[in-house]
Amino acid sequence: MSPEPAHAQDTARRLSPARVLGVDPLLDDPATRIVVCCGSGGVGKTTTAAALGLRAAERGRKVVVLTIDPARRLAQSMGIDSLDNTPRRVKGVDGDGELHAMMLDMKRTFDEIVEAHADGERAAAILNNPFYQSLSAGFAGTQEYMAMEKLGQLRARDEWDLIVVDTPPSRSALDFLDAPKRLGSFLDGRLIRLLTAPAKLGGRAGMKFLNVGMSMMTGTLGKLLGGQLLKDVQTFVAAMDTTFGGFRTRADATYRLLQAPGTAFLVVAAPERDALREAAYFVQRLAAEDMPLAGLVLNRVHGSGAARLSAERALAAAENLVEPRIVDQDGGKAGLRNSPDTYGSSDSPAPESPAGESSGPPASGTGSPGPDQEDEGAQGVEQLTAGLLRLHAERMQLLSREQRTRDRFTALHPEVAVAEVAALPGDVHDLAGLRDIGDRLAANRPELPEAAVD
Amino acid sequence: MSRLQVVSGKGGTGKTTVAAALALALATEGKRTLLVEVEGRQGIAQLFETEALPYEERKIAVAPGGGEVYALAIDPELALLDYLQMFYKLGGAGRALKKLGAIDFATTIAPGLRDVLLTGKACEAVRRKDKAGRFAYDYVVMDAPPTGRITRFLNVNDEVAGLAKIGPIHNQAQAVMRVLKSPETAVHLVTLLEEMPVQETADGIAELRAAKLPVGRIIVNMVRPEVLDAEDLELVRGVPRSSVARSLSAAGLGGARRGGNAEKLVAPLLQQAEEYAERYALEHEQRAVLAEQGLPLHELPLHAEGMDLAGLYELATELREQGLS
Repeated sequence: MSPEPAHAQDTARRLSPARVLGVDPLLDDPATRIVVCCGSGGVGKTTTAAALGLRAAERGRKVVVLTIDPARRLAQSMGIDSLDNTPRRVKGVDGDGELHAMMLDMKRTFDEIVEAHADGERAAAILNNPFYQSLSAGFAGTQEYMAMEKLGQLRARDEWDLIVVDTPPSRSALDFLDAPKRLGSFLDGRLIRLLTAPAKLGGRAGMKFLNVGMSMMTGTLGKLLGGQLLKDVQTFVAAMDTTFGGFRTRADATYRLLQAPGTAFLVVAAPERDALREAAYFVQRLAAEDMPLAGLVLNRVHGSGAARLSAERALAAAENLVEPRIVDQDGGKAGLRNSPDTYGSSDSPAPESPAGESSGPPASGTGSPGPDQEDEGAQGVEQLTAGLLRLHAERMQLLSREQRTRDRFTALHPEVAVAEVAALPGDVHDLAGLRDIGDRLAANRPELPEAAVD
Repeated sequence: MSRLQVVSGKGGTGKTTVAAALALALATEGKRTLLVEVEGRQGIAQLFETEALPYEERKIAVAPGGGEVYALAIDPELALLDYLQMFYKLGGAGRALKKLGAIDFATTIAPGLRDVLLTGKACEAVRRKDKAGRFAYDYVVMDAPPTGRITRFLNVNDEVAGLAKIGPIHNQAQAVMRVLKSPETAVHLVTLLEEMPVQETADGIAELRAAKLPVGRIIVNMVRPEVLDAEDLELVRGVPRSSVARSLSAAGLGGARRGGNAEKLVAPLLQQAEEYAERYALEHEQRAVLAEQGLPLHELPLHAEGMDLAGLYELATELREQGLS
């Protein structure tokens, strides 16, 4: 006499993901050298990257995690709350592997490129250029560019056998693929070349018309931006150009690194409409760019140990418990009259509970507390139980919503392997929390453990 | 009530939704509001379920009670062309500049220029009057950049100071700053009851205050309903499992005996309550952090099924009831 209709369980697990992403095989494979975690903002990308890094390290690999903008407490938990732009070994990692972590400092990374490629005097000239200063601190795309640059540097050092990289919290997940190119082509672009080499241009007869346009344009831009800024841009680009190859060349090199075998992309998302829409978009884009996608990490997936009890039934049951009180003030028996079947079973106390504690409605008058008090206690428990049932109904509704959005994604992209990570009630701020996430990632089961029935 | 209402917030907190709801809420009977988008994402069009907005003010909704909401997606390129046209009479040459990528170039190497064009356009709408001398819009609501960038975005004076010391850009920046730093403007911050957005909100408020920009209200978005209160949660800790089992059984969910269907539900239900309690405590902490900011605090309920037009109108009504209009 199961109270649940037979289809209740089926609706909860109607569609399973086409493929399950095996996180451990990916992390254990010595051929995996770079794991890139990408996805829209606010889906737990950084935490996922850190958890993957820790798990790989504890499974024996020598790992470095490059985070972009970690939450303060997450950074502290890994001991990287100081911004020194170099990997630091994380303490408290179990096993033979090593975990190093760093937080990207984009300005510093940019400075280092300049220092590495130009001699002292020239480097100083570039570093002091006002345009360079605003470019390195705030240009849209600089962070993405520098994240890729740093990835290239870490890979070139070849000190780690696995690099896990987080991507910047961009407005759109695609920015991190596009921005380096955009910055590169902007700095190498036609316009900037024209601006920096007007003399060369003037020498060619065929370009005369254009040249008139150019001088008018430089004039307008000069008026608009201030002649000084334009001059700063010109000297900056000239200095950068002569000291080392074009920006686009560098951007292209990192881009090729991402396409190389040994790189695995993980698209991180939460089971929400917008996040998954963005994830689907990203999956298509990676395919178009020949970037190797390992799978989708679906964070914050909810489960329930009582998934057999549907939201509708839970709400109906909660009403059963509460409603009689509204019409009938005489106490806890009203609810019971509705279900004579269960009367007998609830009358006999559960074995693990001493008889004295059984202050349930049918036992009225047998315990030590006075009937009034006891009735109040019972009412309290029924109210609470009704609350528990409403909470469960809310959870089940959430579950089916998540299921629907995920199923929509898997229907569109059946080829993408999925790893689901059960939701945690709070934020992660220590290694134990990261380890827990890692376990959940690898276990790939959002369900909470079923109620223990010993 | 300030006539320029700027809405910012960490990404993912729903600031576009709140800005749209606020524009609807402020459009009470006979009033007209303008909802301005500055990041080129077409979020407003998506929310109002219409096609992409052009660079042109157009009526997008009639608010409950009869007010009108207009919308404008400001395109910095077109705004710059407008601007060049106004001051330099460029004519066709302007289009040539655009073709060459000069406009993109200018707004790219000088992000402050882009910002002053965007805020300038919004301020112009705030000050615009019709022939009768009446304001064209009673309120202008701006869906602004996120908290992390809002102070730099609004503090255009500092941004363009190095770039233009005299001339039209300079004058424009001055005029913009006069509006933005006056009581005519209020900057609202949208947040969730989670650690990172709350932290960012607190940081954002400190930055805005340091820049002497007027901070308005904190709007906590997507607040989940309280299913269990503190008293219930207290009870959860001590309640005998057998009496919960009996209650469940009384509600018609099977036997309360060990192994019975009702009894099997007890552990998972209590587990869910524990998770709820943990989140409840976290949210409580975050509310306390927000309360310390000394700003009016508003809460908007979560629309679990996702935001749609109907939900937007509900939020607008909620904002009115909370006295935001």
